Amino acid sequence: MKHTPSTKAYCLLVVSLLFANLALAAGEEDAAWNNVLKKKYFGDRTIDESGTSIELTAPYRAEDPALVPISITAKTPQTPSNYIKTITLIIDNNPVPFAAAFHFTPESGKADIATRLRFNAYTNIRAIAETNDGKLSMVKAFVKASGGCSAPIGADLEAAMARMGKMKFKLEGDKAVLNQPNQTQLLVSHPSISGMQMDQISRIIKPAHFVTQVKVNFNGKPVMSAETDIALSTDPNFRFYFVPDKAGDLKAEVKDNLGKEFSYTQTVSP
Amino acid sequence: MFRQFYCCAVFLASITAMVVANADELNLKEVASGVFVHQGIHAMPDKLNRGEIANIGFIVGDRCVAVIDSGGSPAQGKALKAAIKDKTKIPICHVINTHVHPDHVYGNIAFKEPGVSFVGHRKLAQAMASRAPYYLQKAERDLGLAIKQEDFIVPDKPVDSSMVLDLGGRKLLLTAHGPAHTDNDLSVYDDKTKTLWLSDLLFMGHVPVIDGSLLGWLKELDTLKKIDAKLAIPGHGPVASEWPRSAEAETRYLEMLKSDIRGYIKQGKTMEQAMAEVGHSARGDWQLFDDFHKRNIATAFAELEWED
Ligand SMILES: [Zn+2]
Repeated sequence: MKHTPSTKAYCLLVVSLLFANLALAAGEEDAAWNNVLKKKYFGDRTIDESGTSIELTAPYRAEDPALVPISITAKTPQTPSNYIKTITLIIDNNPVPFAAAFHFTPESGKADIATRLRFNAYTNIRAIAETNDGKLSMVKAFVKASGGCSAPIGADLEAAMARMGKMKFKLEGDKAVLNQPNQTQLLVSHPSISGMQMDQISRIIKPAHFVTQVKVNFNGKPVMSAETDIALSTDPNFRFYFVPDKAGDLKAEVKDNLGKEFSYTQTVSP
Repeated sequence: MFRQFYCCAVFLASITAMVVANADELNLKEVASGVFVHQGIHAMPDKLNRGEIANIGFIVGDRCVAVIDSGGSPAQGKALKAAIKDKTKIPICHVINTHVHPDHVYGNIAFKEPGVSFVGHRKLAQAMASRAPYYLQKAERDLGLAIKQEDFIVPDKPVDSSMVLDLGGRKLLLTAHGPAHTDNDLSVYDDKTKTLWLSDLLFMGHVPVIDGSLLGWLKELDTLKKIDAKLAIPGHGPVASEWPRSAEAETRYLEMLKSDIRGYIKQGKTMEQAMAEVGHSARGDWQLFDDFHKRNIATAFAELEWED
């Protein structure tokens, strides 16, 4: 095809605008973190980014922005002298960037955690680990929340509402293996409503209603606890480890922002 | 060289966009007496198609026209309105929104005027309100559409469980379904021609999308299949087809998801494993499989893990 001079000029303009935009976007990706979020959540502390402490697995393309499975794997086991205390998850471009902070003990066995989160935009997610010596290290992943037509809210809110507070533990095998890290999954039924609806449209105001705290104990000893926010998907789900030394009770205690409390106990035997 | 090539691509893209934009005459087909359907295309909503991908149309009575889904953009809504005015002098009384998805409701604003009532599932208003912030952002980013809050028009006639709209000489039976494709699906049955307008309760060619409930959808399909209909109109796919035969492929796909994912949950496998492995042999049966299949698994998994 032959370009007329004016088309050519137009094209050049388009191209240069495009490249300008791209350049801007590349720098912008970390701007929120560098300019605001790092300071807000970690002050002036040094954060190592060499990735020696944990690994973060998140899909580059979020199939369903309401339900994005992510997992963090610790690169070293939890020992009394050397362990990960906290893993914090920040989603830069979510309306509330703080997604969750998970706390572990040496008894956790492994500071691995998997959960499901909402992503409102194309954004980085960051996992920041704090070890017992107070050092911070961070890994990040870029997630494109795509997926056609679903919004980052649950598909069937009514079902989640009807069974609110129901919980389950699911162990990896049928029986626990003593004195070793055992993987378990905690399922919590909760609508996890963000409260950011546009009531101008329907004049239906649904206040925010979401899980804010999770505590898991085994025979009274803490295994994993978490502070959480609206980024948790409807029916929050957590996968983590604990080390049973004998048969006993796994207990979960959950609180939400409206002050509702739920608890659940399941007996685990070898 | 690159620049030159790139220029060409941009220029061609804009020409194509112009052609699409100029296609203001909708390709409408009268599939039964007084039942007009525009067939969408199997594509992800994007800037080129502006989200105009769903089947939309209208039914003409002696007194009233009812629009069924207004289009994927305000421009498509306008084109649909123009096409109706072109075909008949009978006024538009109702705009029926079959569910909240943008490709079915973004034309609403084109029809807003005194005398036109908006009809939808009792849960449609809530769904619009909770999804709007996200949808607006997506419309700008992915479709290049400047949609405003006011462009979502909540139904002034919410359908509780069912409702009859008398268009004069023909009655439309509207049914509000339980959670299925979404939690606000509405089907329309025209008694005169025995046409069952299922919208996204029926996908043909385009892989079904679960944004409500897998089990609920199968349950609603069971009931819908008993309806004595001559024609079925899907939300995506051929404008009209035999009923209930046309639901076979969709049912098979949903049943496969149900039994395979149940198996995974029983074996203690994770959502991530299921997303990576379940049902990929069905890829050849459907278009846009890679765009929706994995998210269907995630949605279904999150539902089925609460079964026991
Ligand atoms: Zn739909």
